[in-house]
Amino acid sequence: MKETKKQLSVSAIENGTVIDHIPASNLFNVIQILGLDKIDNLITFGTNLESKKLGRKAIIKLAGIYFEDDDINRIALVAPEAKLNIIKDYEVVEKSIVKVPDNIAGIAKCVNPKCITNFEDVKTKFKVVSKKNVALKCHYCEKITDQEHLVIV
Amino acid sequence: MNNKSLVSIDDISTEEMVSILDLAKEFEKDPGQNLLGNKVIATLFFEPSTRTRLSFESAISRLGGKIVGFTDASSSSVTKGESLYDTIRTVNNYSDLIVMRHPIEGSARLASEISDVPIVNAGDGANQHPTQTMLDLYSIRKTQGSLDNLNIFLVGDLKYGRTVHSLLMAMSRWNTTFNFISPEELKMPVEYKLYLDKLGLKYYEHSDFSDIINEADIIYMTRVQKERFSDPMEYEKVKNVYVLRNSMLSNTKENMRVLHPLPRVNEIHTDVDANKKSYYFEQALNGVFTRQAILTRLLGLK
Ligand SMILES: [Zn+2]
Repeated sequence: MKETKKQLSVSAIENGTVIDHIPASNLFNVIQILGLDKIDNLITFGTNLESKKLGRKAIIKLAGIYFEDDDINRIALVAPEAKLNIIKDYEVVEKSIVKVPDNIAGIAKCVNPKCITNFEDVKTKFKVVSKKNVALKCHYCEKITDQEHLVIV
Repeated sequence: MNNKSLVSIDDISTEEMVSILDLAKEFEKDPGQNLLGNKVIATLFFEPSTRTRLSFESAISRLGGKIVGFTDASSSSVTKGESLYDTIRTVNNYSDLIVMRHPIEGSARLASEISDVPIVNAGDGANQHPTQTMLDLYSIRKTQGSLDNLNIFLVGDLKYGRTVHSLLMAMSRWNTTFNFISPEELKMPVEYKLYLDKLGLKYYEHSDFSDIINEADIIYMTRVQKERFSDPMEYEKVKNVYVLRNSMLSNTKENMRVLHPLPRVNEIHTDVDANKKSYYFEQALNGVFTRQAILTRLLGLK
């Protein structure tokens, strides 16, 4: 009974991408990073779904949208376990997982209050120095922002 | 170097470093060449730093260059709220190279991305001050004959000291052994120790001066500032512990030299000044030659 309900809560799509295993608390960060609030395609969100791995997870179904690796990997900072299902004709034709990229532009805020990026109108840039427990080295002030202090801009 | 600017010491390859040190040696022999005769150099000091500014201006003047700029932000448009972007875009029309000091970390990197002319970082907050590191390397090489296999003692505020961190990072390229002498509250941060571990370099930590300094090739002193302590009582306890006196130097090695980025307060007793092992004033003079080398290299003149 419960299973059926979960499946029904997010309707199927004909063509597009399903992003699964997003931590529920980061759903809105993912929406923001991918700019989903600015597109006209049909998008279905589900959140607070039960997940053994994540506690509560969120899922996004995007009709008619396919991502380039570089674009989708940007969400790895907030959804490192996210899985992608590429859908064609209601069938999953490809599965993949997001990968934390080597460099990050925009997205995150530098944790250092004395960093120029927190004073001047400039896009943040980071080198990813650790991918497991994400650690970002600021291109400007050279300080490390770790997972715990990660704030999405 | 990144985009012909000097922003961070980590941007310079070991080869380039050595080449700049060699060039500085040429300037030491002949500091008065008219290489900057038709050049205008901007010195933008968004916060005052008299010593660094005078050293740069001396380096430029001895090479015949003209200087424009300001000596602290209160005398500039910055206090009227002008962005760094606008200041740099404007000043790079008036000059062939910009020397800048700024209290905000990463400001020099940003300036180097905005500017058409080379930027020399003369200190960006607690982050980088690469010309200081270069003059420290020059002083060490000059007094020791080489940078290889030295035993370097870093003393004082090793937690917040930008100078000692950059020096550690730079010297770790030459199989250096490090000794750290500092109060508990101001110990070398763990990230630098991990870095040395990774390179397999030896380091030792001490809470006080002892006979161990007799093994030193270089004793690099820094100021222990009261405002760094969360508990003022802690400062009172340690403030006289990290003072170097002449009597402590009697059994140190012949080649040993005492360095300090200056200004000092009381951490080197004035009775050390007459000892030939004191080197901090010569070190400051070396800053002029090193900066001459960096400026002419970035301008493609040398
Ligand atoms: Zn930063």
